[in-house]
Amino acid sequence: MQHPLIIQAQDLFYEIHSNDSDIHIIQGLNLAITAGEQVAIIGSSGSGKSTLLSLLAGLDVPTKGIVQIQGRPFSSLDEDGRALERSKYMGFVFQSFQLLPSLTALENVMLPLQLKNNADAKTLSLDALAKVGLSHRLQHYPKQLSGGEQQRVAIARAFATQPLILFADEPTGNLDNATGQMIIELLFNMNTGTGTTLVLVTHDEHLASRCHRQLKLENGVLNELNLS
Amino acid sequence: MSYKDINTALMNFKLASLQAASLWRAGALRVMVFALVLAVTAITAVGFFTQRVSSALNQQGGLLLGGDIAITADHVVPAVLEKDAIAQGLRTVKTYEFPSMVINGDANQLAEIKAVGDGFPLRGDLTIGNDTTATGKLIRSGPRPGQVWIEPRLAHVLNLKTGDNVTIGEAKFIVAAILLREPSRGGDMFSFAPRLMMNAADLPSTKLIQYGSRVRYQLILAAEPQKIDRYFAETKPKLARGEKIEDVRNARPEIKAALEKAQQFLGLSAMVSVILAMVAMLLSSLPYIKQSLDTFALMRCFGATKSTVIQVLAWQTMLIAFLSALIGGILGFLGQLGLAKLAGSLFLETLPTVSASPIFVGVIASMAMMFAVVVPHAWQMRNLSTMNILRRETLVQPISAQAKFLPAALVMGVMIFWQAHDIKIALSAILAILGLCVVIAGFSYVLVSLANRLLEATPQSETINSIRLGVQGIKRRFGLSTVQMIGFSMGLMVLMLLALIRHDLVRNWQASLPIDAPNRFIINIQHEQIDSINQFFKQAHISNTAVFPMVRGRLISKNGQAINTVDWQDERAKKLAEREFNLSWAAEMQSDNKLLQGRWWKQDEYGKPYMSLEEGLAKTLNIKLGDKLNFDIAGNPLAVTVTSIRKVEWDTMRANFFAVTPPGLLDNYPANYISSFHLPIGADGPLNQLVRDYPNITVIDVAALMQQVRGIMQRMSDTIQYVFIFSLIAGIAVLYASLVATREERVSEATLMRVFGASRRQVSIAYVAEFACVGVIAALVASIAANLLAYYVSVQILDIPFQFNAGLAVVILIISMIVIPLFAWFGLRGFLNVPPRQLLNSI
Repeated sequence: MQHPLIIQAQDLFYEIHSNDSDIHIIQGLNLAITAGEQVAIIGSSGSGKSTLLSLLAGLDVPTKGIVQIQGRPFSSLDEDGRALERSKYMGFVFQSFQLLPSLTALENVMLPLQLKNNADAKTLSLDALAKVGLSHRLQHYPKQLSGGEQQRVAIARAFATQPLILFADEPTGNLDNATGQMIIELLFNMNTGTGTTLVLVTHDEHLASRCHRQLKLENGVLNELNLS
Repeated sequence: MSYKDINTALMNFKLASLQAASLWRAGALRVMVFALVLAVTAITAVGFFTQRVSSALNQQGGLLLGGDIAITADHVVPAVLEKDAIAQGLRTVKTYEFPSMVINGDANQLAEIKAVGDGFPLRGDLTIGNDTTATGKLIRSGPRPGQVWIEPRLAHVLNLKTGDNVTIGEAKFIVAAILLREPSRGGDMFSFAPRLMMNAADLPSTKLIQYGSRVRYQLILAAEPQKIDRYFAETKPKLARGEKIEDVRNARPEIKAALEKAQQFLGLSAMVSVILAMVAMLLSSLPYIKQSLDTFALMRCFGATKSTVIQVLAWQTMLIAFLSALIGGILGFLGQLGLAKLAGSLFLETLPTVSASPIFVGVIASMAMMFAVVVPHAWQMRNLSTMNILRRETLVQPISAQAKFLPAALVMGVMIFWQAHDIKIALSAILAILGLCVVIAGFSYVLVSLANRLLEATPQSETINSIRLGVQGIKRRFGLSTVQMIGFSMGLMVLMLLALIRHDLVRNWQASLPIDAPNRFIINIQHEQIDSINQFFKQAHISNTAVFPMVRGRLISKNGQAINTVDWQDERAKKLAEREFNLSWAAEMQSDNKLLQGRWWKQDEYGKPYMSLEEGLAKTLNIKLGDKLNFDIAGNPLAVTVTSIRKVEWDTMRANFFAVTPPGLLDNYPANYISSFHLPIGADGPLNQLVRDYPNITVIDVAALMQQVRGIMQRMSDTIQYVFIFSLIAGIAVLYASLVATREERVSEATLMRVFGASRRQVSIAYVAEFACVGVIAALVASIAANLLAYYVSVQILDIPFQFNAGLAVVILIISMIVIPLFAWFGLRGFLNVPPRQLLNSI
């Protein structure tokens, strides 16, 4: 059975205007991702991987071209329109964890659910934290957690909303090898368990090889690789 | 110190300046430096300004003396005192005052002669005109030899006009002008006869000053405040019997009271500005400390030793403190120039120049504040290994908030004591701040919990959900929110406090000298003339009058011991003991009096030998409640017991008495009567008729004096308004700084909320709800605290009645509920339109 397209980017451009020259980061890029796919975007440092991810997630808008989510226009929506789509379909895991320092682990996980006015915010969050093995650190603040633990909170936060698409931006970039490995296992296990579409940005080819598809970003366009 | 040490120190200094520069460029320093500059600006500007204004107020008072200080004696002022004064660079002039008859043909009148030396007056000016109804012109000198100036009253009584001749003693003079206003006309109100002013060079020709003449000799002096203070301090102990030195504060009690209140208020305003600026600086130092500690942690990782890190930190702290103090000092100086220019028109003379001391105070304060902020964190770093720092374990076991703010609190305490100049005011301010912290923490906890429950009980919607998120924000960040609320609340509290006290102070002054305050006194009224006097009041439509009895008596013994004037060191006590008292009687205590000790008599105690004494007199003569006093009244004894001590508001200008007895007690002693009333200036017609009908009575005209006192009070009120505006700016700075203190965190929170799909509306609602809550709590606590404190300061310290101002509380509540969230939202609004990706990179 052919899975439906969940993310589609057509003729995408992204440029930054600086004082004396324009930097072309994305140049006429096309991409189609089907539901349930695990896609790795790799590339050298500064190739624009994170920029592409933020365009796909609507955290920024392309200079030209369109991004569609589930066949509906996405990048052409206004800021709040995109925010609404994100709250319905998307989850995030960042390289720098992005936990709020003033919130406990539990509160950090609850925040996106509370924004959706979800009545079961607490139950779902407790459940997600249990899945990442942090039931004993619910009331701890980020600064009281190790890097690996912080990233596990972030993963719990991402999955607690049961998103259709999970965007992960160098999720192991700030962690040592062993911890990174553990986080990857966790991420893939949870992803497989929920059937979520995974868009993973990494410079680690080994990590990328665990995904269904690997795409390399070079000179602003994507090339399909086959690492597996 | 070796060459190597110097080299290391120089290198560390260079490192510190480079780091300070990059912190500045990165923006971590800007808000804190802004607050620090503002703090120093506030301290120096208010310091400069209050210094100048208070010396100007003194000078203003000095106009009434005709100089800054005066030495008065009942004999020729020793030449050595004048010699000393001239040697120390003081300007001097001599005056002579005595009563004498002034003769115009067949008519004659007792006048108060004042012979003035060349150069009089040293401060202020005189107003003279060609006739009694002229507006006159200002002049800064006395009459020329051979000429005299006379007051309108003397002109009326003797039917004189300019150009006429008068005889004084054995000399004849030409009336050259009508003396319309003489600021230096002061002294004992009840000795007033109309004034005649002449040149001191003419005194010998009158042959009036001879052995035994009752002459008041005065040496009037003027110079810069420091010289005056030195001369005053040096001369006071040298004075012999019958000589006294006075500045305006002890020369004129009604001015003294107003001056002291104004100075206390200026001190309070300066203190308030300092507290506010320090709070602003503390709040905005949080982002700086965070970034700075990150840098030092890295330095340790790169191999810097602990001592290097501490040295660099110390240099950096000093550099920031010094540069901020420099900018603040310059701004403060410029600020006070502007203020002085504005206020300058309020004063008759330009404001005196200032000393540089506020700049030094600014630098010291700036250093103290910076170190108070940095030291706790540096202290925390001292025992940590490089690994500890790298793994941010400084943050795992943060020092308690109390320890973190302790040095800052100590610095603040010292500044409060230093600025307040009054231990009572300082202590009440410190207690208020501590109380405020506790009350706010409790209040916010209870209110936020209540609001939360209320929100949970309401039907859920996206809006309610966002509001709940915002309200919960306070609880989530309880520590930070409390600090923020304390900042807001303190800003609001001091603003309200100043508004309340200023309002009370100004209102009190206006009430004590209403436009219809008595400006004429009639003395020497005989018992049988009381009806006629009341008749006169009725005909002239003068209401609100009272005729008081007055019996003159000399105090001869206290508790059986004879009063001996040599017993008293105090010159005033000697004088009081020598002089006859004006005793009066009254059934009720006058409304402007306040009972301090004992009790007022009841109706069945009329005629009993009781006495109520004025507080100051009792203190000077060391008379206590229950003491038995014996008076001699025209040869008849009177024995009384002191049954109460009263406080008298002398600045109301009403007739008041040091010693009062119950009605009936003094019936058999010779009494005459006194009355005071208001008559507009120039409406003397009926009064002149009254004087012609009853030649025995004496009218004392204090209308000009009253106008002068009122003018001074008006100027003081105006000055206070200016200083109030300055404190207002400092208060707004606190509000701004407390927003800035948490902005970084709030921007990252708002950004993440948007990443997770919150709309800008949701983020805004949550944000506004949180700050509305903060505003309400801060305003509630501030209103309660400000009113309590204002009550205390008014009643206990400034000694003025207090009135609760509910209107102000409501206004503040509404304003902070609207303005605080609005400002907060404006601060965040810019970030709401930036794509979240850009913000994620920066957080």
